[in-house]
Amino acid sequence: MVNEYVRQNIYFLLFRIATFLSVVFLLFILLYILKEGIGVIDIKFLTSMWSHRDITQGGIFPAIIGTIFLAIGVSIISIPIGICTAIYLNEYAKENLLTRTIKLAIRNLAGVPSIVYGIFGLAFFVLFLKLGGSLIAASLTLGCMTLPWIITASEEALKSVPLSFREGSYALGATKWQTVRKNVLPHSFSGMLTGSILGISRAIGETAPIIMIGATFFMGYLPSSPFDKFMALPYHLFILATQHSSPYAREYALGTSLVLIALIFMLNSGFFILRYKLRKKKEW
Amino acid sequence: MQEEIKIEFKDTNFWYNSKQILVGINLKIYSNKITALIGPSGCGKSTLLRCINRMNDLIPISKIDGKLLYNNENIYEKDTDVIELRKEIGMVFQKPNPFPMSIFDNVAYGLRIQNMKDKNKIKQIVKESLEKADLWDEVKDRLNLSAFRLSGGQQQRLCIARSLAINPEVVLLDEPCSALDPLATAKIESLLRKLKNERTIIIVTHNMHQAKRISDYTCYLLNGKVIEYSGTAEMFDNPKNKLTKDYINGEFG
Repeated sequence: MVNEYVRQNIYFLLFRIATFLSVVFLLFILLYILKEGIGVIDIKFLTSMWSHRDITQGGIFPAIIGTIFLAIGVSIISIPIGICTAIYLNEYAKENLLTRTIKLAIRNLAGVPSIVYGIFGLAFFVLFLKLGGSLIAASLTLGCMTLPWIITASEEALKSVPLSFREGSYALGATKWQTVRKNVLPHSFSGMLTGSILGISRAIGETAPIIMIGATFFMGYLPSSPFDKFMALPYHLFILATQHSSPYAREYALGTSLVLIALIFMLNSGFFILRYKLRKKKEW
Repeated sequence: MQEEIKIEFKDTNFWYNSKQILVGINLKIYSNKITALIGPSGCGKSTLLRCINRMNDLIPISKIDGKLLYNNENIYEKDTDVIELRKEIGMVFQKPNPFPMSIFDNVAYGLRIQNMKDKNKIKQIVKESLEKADLWDEVKDRLNLSAFRLSGGQQQRLCIARSLAINPEVVLLDEPCSALDPLATAKIESLLRKLKNERTIIIVTHNMHQAKRISDYTCYLLNGKVIEYSGTAEMFDNPKNKLTKDYINGEFG
């Protein structure tokens, strides 16, 4: 008979190794990019316009701005619609076959590969609606892709509010909307926000859809309206790494990925601080 | 003495997901009395209680037929205003369920959703309700504290105060003391005795001693049927039905 303490130690050792491995992989990726890419990062790299002929003479400022604009565009499109959809589906919609089908469809859409959203965006937003390879077309495409993630996460957040809060509210003669507004949303908001953050940060790192939409690799000006063309970090990085002839291209690609990681990290931190502030009020 | 009927079940049946939970309930609940519903787990007492403020409406796969009269009006008519009904029939749940907000805001919740704006009036009612629930002296200095910081017994009295704030005619209590220690239970029982002067109280309880101590009428339910319903003293001293007798004597099952 194996001693139960020994058995316990073996299992925990396995879990510990798994944790160790995941941390090592992540650290390795991060350190590698940091080591190889940090060399090209300076003020000029971050704030200058892209110089096509001699890439050491320019920077990736327009790509950074493009990605930031994309993040804003995607947020504006998918967060409000996603959260409202989740509230409707979870709080108001009758639990019937139609609702269940819609929920299932949304969960399936969350798993559709991004390239499929890309081809849809190209066909519908770029060509049919004649938006061209513009910021708005890309934001709409990435927004569509992000929507199911945000809806799913927000639904989970709503479900996590204990039934007893709702019951207590109804028992006092509150309407459904009063209950949702005063006793469900305040307690699920931080969860919805978390889902949204993760959705947005995944979206701005996506490359396949914006290749389809037609992000530009080189433009000499910054986009000034949603209908302008745009550069974006992931696409820039893709071209530098695979198609550029400059001997510095590889180093610049790694520098660009470092900036992309930093940007996503900053986005997440900003949201997490906001979430922490909202959570402090939460007592359960 | 002629007693006024507050609530009356008339051949009420209730199904949950095609399983019948309540079978042909006929029951008269009298004004300004405490009525206790006793019976083993799963006998339908909570369901019966939740029919009265239509809390069961929240369960989509449920069905009810028959009549349930409140002040002589059937509350299961199409045009019944459920929101108004719940303002008149308050409910306290088995597990204390304060909202995650301050003590004050918990009690003011029911007033605010009725769009009461007058801050002084709200303060006044919150104070009165907490006094009626015997909680005021314990919390008057810390009304802005989160309700979650109170003990279980205090939380339950807070929930009672919360339901009293909107001045209901009937208060339904679903095993309000099952999560509390004997001291907290005693406090709530003495509180209920005081409250019945102004209100009709219906309490579901697992604890037969509790039913005996506080109620005027007792109803014994088994498998969704009313087995016996009479004055509490009469039921405990001289149960007419053998099933009731077995349950009271602890020979059930």
